[in-house]
Amino acid sequence: MKTGIVVFPGTWSDRDCAYALHDVLGEPVRYVGHRERDLGDLDLVILPGGFSYGDYLRCGAIARFTPVMEAVARFAQDGGLVLGICNGFQVLQEARLLPGALLRNASCEFRCEWVSLRVEQTWSAFTQGMRPGQVLSLPISHGEGNFYADPATLEVLQTNDRIVFRYATPQGQVAPQANPNGSTAGIAGICNARGNVLGLMPHPERACEALLGGSDGLVLFRAAVMALQAAAV
Amino acid sequence: MPLASARDLREVSLTEAEYRRIVELLEREPNDLELGIFGALWSEHCGYKTSKRLLAALPSGGRAVLQGPGENAGAVDIGNGLAAVFKIESHNHPSAIEPYQGAATGVGGILRDVFTMGARPIAILDSLRFGPLGIPHNRYLFQGVVAGIGGYGNCFGCPTVGGEISFDEGYSDNPIVNAMCVGIVPHGRLRRARAEQAGDIVLLVGAATGRDGIHGATFASVEMDSTSAARRPAVQVGNPFLEKLLCEACLQLNELDDVVAIQDLGAAGLTSAASELAHRGGRGVEIDVAVVSRRERGMSAYEVMLSESQERMLVVVRPDGEARARAIFDAFELHADRIGTITPQQRLRVREGRALRADLPLRALIDAVPLRTPAAMAPVRRAVEVALPLDDPEDALLAMLRRPNLRSRRPVYRTYDHQVQNNTVLGPGGDAALLRVAGTSSGLALTTDGNPWYTSLDPYAGTQAAVAEAARNIVCTGARPLAVTNCLNFGNPERPQVFWQLRESVRGLADACRAFGLPVVSGNVSLYNETSGRNIPPTPVIGMIGLLEDLDRRCPSGFQEDGDVICLLGETREELAGSEYARLQGAPLQGLPPRVDLDAERRLQGALLEVIHEGSVRSAHDLAEGGLLVGLAEAALFGRHGVRCPALTGQVSAAALAFGESQGRVLVSAPPRRVPDVQKVMAAAGVPVHALGVVGGDELQVGPAVRIRLDRLREAWECAWDTP
Repeated sequence: MKTGIVVFPGTWSDRDCAYALHDVLGEPVRYVGHRERDLGDLDLVILPGGFSYGDYLRCGAIARFTPVMEAVARFAQDGGLVLGICNGFQVLQEARLLPGALLRNASCEFRCEWVSLRVEQTWSAFTQGMRPGQVLSLPISHGEGNFYADPATLEVLQTNDRIVFRYATPQGQVAPQANPNGSTAGIAGICNARGNVLGLMPHPERACEALLGGSDGLVLFRAAVMALQAAAV
Repeated sequence: MPLASARDLREVSLTEAEYRRIVELLEREPNDLELGIFGALWSEHCGYKTSKRLLAALPSGGRAVLQGPGENAGAVDIGNGLAAVFKIESHNHPSAIEPYQGAATGVGGILRDVFTMGARPIAILDSLRFGPLGIPHNRYLFQGVVAGIGGYGNCFGCPTVGGEISFDEGYSDNPIVNAMCVGIVPHGRLRRARAEQAGDIVLLVGAATGRDGIHGATFASVEMDSTSAARRPAVQVGNPFLEKLLCEACLQLNELDDVVAIQDLGAAGLTSAASELAHRGGRGVEIDVAVVSRRERGMSAYEVMLSESQERMLVVVRPDGEARARAIFDAFELHADRIGTITPQQRLRVREGRALRADLPLRALIDAVPLRTPAAMAPVRRAVEVALPLDDPEDALLAMLRRPNLRSRRPVYRTYDHQVQNNTVLGPGGDAALLRVAGTSSGLALTTDGNPWYTSLDPYAGTQAAVAEAARNIVCTGARPLAVTNCLNFGNPERPQVFWQLRESVRGLADACRAFGLPVVSGNVSLYNETSGRNIPPTPVIGMIGLLEDLDRRCPSGFQEDGDVICLLGETREELAGSEYARLQGAPLQGLPPRVDLDAERRLQGALLEVIHEGSVRSAHDLAEGGLLVGLAEAALFGRHGVRCPALTGQVSAAALAFGESQGRVLVSAPPRRVPDVQKVMAAAGVPVHALGVVGGDELQVGPAVRIRLDRLREAWECAWDTP
């Protein structure tokens, strides 16, 4: 499996993602510049966290116009795996590869802390091997992660089982006190209809070793590796 | 040419005597631009004219030191061929006027100081002081500063991992905002900002130049009053996105051998950056302001030279290397103007097209800064015994945990990204932050410390206490203290009592650093923290880094295992003066601060490192503000384990036992079978050990008088910021 990590001006989780995939998991990675158009050598494309173009406008609103995003759209359409983390999730929404919007946190403050996520479905490429109801502990770090979708979109997400993660208590209960940003229905991550494009606000790349507080992020990256291996067989 | 009027001189904050000296040095009258340049470089902020003589006494050498004071930041060896580059700097005056941008650009400035040295910034720490939050204006300043730090650091992508916040009336309207940054670079890539070869090209990279921040350096060198708000245009506006691009570009430039020097534009903008760069290399520099990209029309040469627009860098390249440097800027879509060249004559020459606007000898600008030694006067102090009652220790403990100076800082630090870069092993909230040095098994421990009440009572002892506590914080993580940076925030040094405070504080800093064998490799001085005639409490802030060679030997500050024995290391004396408990009781600030015994402190820290490294203790927590009961509660809350202790006993009053702030004390917990090892090592070092009780349960229980469930304890400690 070869992973491409997209670097927009202002991206900062690129190196952390490379660390998780390459240094921890031993997978080959390369950085993909925002002007690149050819993703032919890649199996997985990650849009990492950061403040693309400073996010002075709506988060991700400028990044979606970069040449690489056209390539990412084609790559996704061809069935390649795309993972948008934090700012990457925002970019995927701006690019219409995922529905909904990420509003300002209900607290109106940036939040950096560990949260618990409940796994809501296990059919997408990024959740294979997980158990439904499994709880993952991952950090968040964002000011605009308050997921919003209109009722019709929400209905589609729900009926098609496209809500991948919800904020929950450590015991796995979705509850307001476990929701760090006011997201509708506690939604922390969703996927597209085919399950090959995932966007989530928490940072799995920051949870890859016990030394730094936990390794549940590896569960997600390993699922992607497994999905690709299965597809290759 | 007419003589400068009193008004002109006030505008640039120079005295008449200083003006006469300038005329003497130049053998002529300076023009307006030249006068502005002198004003900026001879300001306290750039020229250190009041503090320079005092600072010369600080120890700055040592085996680990790769770069001492005098560059953008200091650097020390941290093993594995790597250097830690670090510095702390103030942004008090701008933050008092415009808290968000003031704090944000403070972070931006210190980040640039580190990455211009070729180092990648890996951590930010902030030391903050505000007036009581009950006053709406203080709340505005507090919220703005915290938002500004987060806004800049989060966007840039450098974790904010530590710092401290305290509140005291003495900071109403005059907050203290000190930001420290630490970066890492391989030894061979450590870069100094000095231009040594005439003919080299000077590029101005990054943001276009605007009118923001003109006179920032001189503004920071005078006291504030009711008209200061009108100085808001002198506060710069930050662009962390642009800074991120500049950082990545500089780190790439740093790989090129054609790049001679990179210098950040900070206080006094182009004037200071160009002069220092050339002067350090024994050369001169000629600049054409006409080619400087501007964001506003009609800017004069004066405005261009003194603008403090943020996110700008000077890059000096060999003529052959310009194309390679430009290729890097282009990749990041950064703008670069070729504004001048390095010259053999040691002069700063400013042109505007063909017209020569300023021509000044660099020695006069930099070496000839007229030093001042103002009068110093010690206040009359009496050794007052501070005796305080302690009626209900349980209520008192809950009240203490709710004190703004002691309550949990989580509401602040969770608004800062403290994890980005994947190296944060121990984040904010404990004694010191601990970061992995990427690619190695070692870690860096980082902390800032300072107690304004101790320094108010005795600036000499108070500053020593700050150094000792910073070192103790570092040692509690298992790391060995390595080096110091400092920020000296004081009032108006022209007041004899303030200058005495500064002098005593620097003396305390020097003596304590010598005793610990710690070099002071960088620092910053912020004077004139005086608002409407009121001076801030003396506020030296100590930033310290420590090295832990093997991260597996790290030590947390919270209790870890039920059944572990809790031991108090060090001696408790009858010391309540300047304590948080004295403030809770409404006692006036008087008496002598806790005694600092540097020899005892060294023995304690050495022995503590030994027991941590041999694995005898499972946790170590420094006792500081709030004393023993607060320390016990914190270690219980950090580790989510209860405590069972019999009633505290000792030779001192009940209040001093519970809440006294005697220095040189640490709480450790150890498995019962390891307690003899702890006792043995401590006995050999002459450190008293008192077994207090055991870890366990879901309560904090100390004798019959204190029995509080942990969730109740947490509720008090984690109360909201606006709780009075």
